[in-house]
Amino acid sequence: MKSQHVVRERRVARGAAGLIAALLLAPLLALMSSGAAQAVDTLCLPGPDAACIAGTVRTEDGPLADVKLTVTDESGAEQEVTTSETGKWNLQLDKEGPYVVKIDEASLPDDVVVAEDQITVQAAFGVTKPALFDVRTEAYSASTSKVDELVQSTVNGIRLGLLLALASVGLSLIYGTTGLSNFAHAEQVTLGGLLGYFFVNQQGLSLWVGGILVVIVCSFTGWFQDRVLWQPLRRRGLGLIQMMIVTIGLSLALQYVFQYAVGARTVRVEQANPEVSTFGPVTITNQSLVAMGISIVVLAAVGYALLRTRIGRATRAVSDNPALASASGIDTDRVIRLVWTVAMGLAGLSGLLYALVTNGIKWDSGMQILLLLFAAVTLGGLGTAFGALLGSLIIGLVVELSPVLGMPGDFKYATAMLILILLLLVRPQGLLGKPQRVG
Amino acid sequence: MDTIQFILNGMMREALSPQTAAVAIAVIGLNIHFGFTGLINIGQSAFMLLGAYGFAISVWHGLPMVVGLALGFGAAFVFALILGAPTLKLRGDYLAIVTISAAEIIRYVGRSALLTDFTGSAQGIPGSQYRDPFTSLSFFGGGQFTLLPFNYTDVADGAAWVRIIGWVLVVACAVVLIQRLRRGHAFAGLGQAALMGALIIVGIFLLFFLFPVPNQRTGVNGWWVRFIAWGLVLLCTLVVYLLVRSPWGRLLRGIREDEDAIRSLGKNVFSIKMQALIIGGLFGALGGIVYVLPASVQPDSMGRSLTFFCYTALLLGGAATIFGPLLGSILFFAARIGIKYTAAAYVPDSIMNNQQTEQFSYIVVGVALMLIVIFRPQGILGNKRELRFNV
Repeated sequence: MKSQHVVRERRVARGAAGLIAALLLAPLLALMSSGAAQAVDTLCLPGPDAACIAGTVRTEDGPLADVKLTVTDESGAEQEVTTSETGKWNLQLDKEGPYVVKIDEASLPDDVVVAEDQITVQAAFGVTKPALFDVRTEAYSASTSKVDELVQSTVNGIRLGLLLALASVGLSLIYGTTGLSNFAHAEQVTLGGLLGYFFVNQQGLSLWVGGILVVIVCSFTGWFQDRVLWQPLRRRGLGLIQMMIVTIGLSLALQYVFQYAVGARTVRVEQANPEVSTFGPVTITNQSLVAMGISIVVLAAVGYALLRTRIGRATRAVSDNPALASASGIDTDRVIRLVWTVAMGLAGLSGLLYALVTNGIKWDSGMQILLLLFAAVTLGGLGTAFGALLGSLIIGLVVELSPVLGMPGDFKYATAMLILILLLLVRPQGLLGKPQRVG
Repeated sequence: MDTIQFILNGMMREALSPQTAAVAIAVIGLNIHFGFTGLINIGQSAFMLLGAYGFAISVWHGLPMVVGLALGFGAAFVFALILGAPTLKLRGDYLAIVTISAAEIIRYVGRSALLTDFTGSAQGIPGSQYRDPFTSLSFFGGGQFTLLPFNYTDVADGAAWVRIIGWVLVVACAVVLIQRLRRGHAFAGLGQAALMGALIIVGIFLLFFLFPVPNQRTGVNGWWVRFIAWGLVLLCTLVVYLLVRSPWGRLLRGIREDEDAIRSLGKNVFSIKMQALIIGGLFGALGGIVYVLPASVQPDSMGRSLTFFCYTALLLGGAATIFGPLLGSILFFAARIGIKYTAAAYVPDSIMNNQQTEQFSYIVVGVALMLIVIFRPQGILGNKRELRFNV
């Protein structure tokens, strides 16, 4: 008995050491080109006795170069600036106070109109204050009706919900089968997007081949994680709280591995700008349509597998009661291994699609949606796969619709949080959860 | 040799920096949550940020410093109530999920352009806007610090033998401290406690004087902030020591080990957990206020990474111990800078450029956190039996 225990400990040690070596080596191996920084226009650095005002002049078609702006201070002294190639301008000031920024309409291209040609900016030391003009081409009609806006946002919400669902179904299954809240799940989403960038953008593979590779690699990382880390830790009897902190450590390490590899910039999976389709009031990129299609198909397949296949039934059994499932002859470890593999593959797919739909991914993109993932999973009921699906759709819609319904855009994530807190107060087990999980 | 000297200086500077002290205070609060009560709060950075905002915004807008402190603590208090009310009756991971999400929300709201007049949005509030009332309290004068016959510059820039003796004394202090702590009866009586306190104070003053002169003028009136920050750390440590020895403190441990047992004694578990969450959160707010004094209020510098650092420091030093947070924070920050500088000095730029050494140090932190939890959950000072609790 004793020797068995020692062997086990060693196995844990070796497994963990292997994973950690892999983590430490990853940045050394990932010699992706770290890309030149974008050309910086003349820079204004605010300081203790310097204030900056800055802005970008652009229409919905793109930035405008060589637009003249005059900045007038309280005493009436004028300064003139011109926008750069990228439409950017800035000005350093050595006095605080109100400044009037006026755009010279004569220097704008003929087909461009500006709604209001002068604005007042309160300059303050130590900060850069923005001065933004509402510049449009004449063809642009800004008068979309509220209904159209609602329809467009609903479509966006469903799109976000489907992408969240891909990741949260896995998160929920892992929680259901092992009891673990995996805080590193979001990093798997980022990994999917970044691998997409590596395969498609860097290596020049086609999107479909690259996408399949992403899912395969991500699934493998799931299998590998469970093999070298989670399974040994489960066998060792490490508590769930302790495991949760391990996932936090893993999440921190992975985030910085990503930042090490690609830097803090946003990278794109495809270089070309996506094509756009218009259906009545809804404008959507073709990639988004395909992404939504793929999500629906994959989610349906997962749902079918869970309900109809042998292994799916086994998964639900383990999720319901691991001890009983184990006693009735289900190989719990195998089921959990499979859940990890599938969950990470799904998260990777979600990340790839997210990167395509939102036009880029960053080292901490996953962490930004982790909160939505957890809100979705908790809303639907921790541990229930279909609850996660439902919760994701609700959270997606809430996030996209709340700005239309009057919530300031910056606070749209806060709405998701508010709903989560209210729901926990009245129905802590979530929409589809069973009360016994809560206590 | 110069490189090694440079690395060691950097580590020492980081270990003594007021921001390390600030994180130590936040970790002391987290220790009440996680170590003593078993609450998994993954949003300690939000408590810090709220404390910092409450303080900085009110002083910036002309309110007296006392009001600022009260508002900072008040914000953390309300935050703890909002987070605790829906989750403390549920399983432990609900609190974890809600706190990590809420911490992010606080950061987003702080970054929001709508609140530029209050929070300074993503650029934050520069320290010069709220620091003055605090610095004007200083009785240290400008950097040239003389205590009794000892002038700061005399010792730190003086003869080599003075410094060597000083360092030997510091090491001796540390060794005695650690040995007494390990024996476990460091605080058996009032005399023992006084001796411990005296050793700590002597050690800190020695470090004060031995610290290389060129670093003294970091930040605004660096030594004043340091003095207050480390003084607060010791005060908080004392408060926690008294708290966890009280009947209330025993209840906390009881809840951690077996909630139902405490409930069967007729105690209101929910209310005690809420008290623990609030008190730990107030320590977090105090940590946040100290954190921004020598710097500026930057929502992005107080995000989830900071919470993760708190956890690493806490587990490194030893959760559910009195001195664990202090030791853990100092070791953690010194080690991180050590790793970073060593990587910068000895790994060629082609493999790891300057920015990447920073990221490398964070990768090591994450891996270290995993390793500590797996192989030594009790950290340096802790007791393994105390950390077997579960959700």
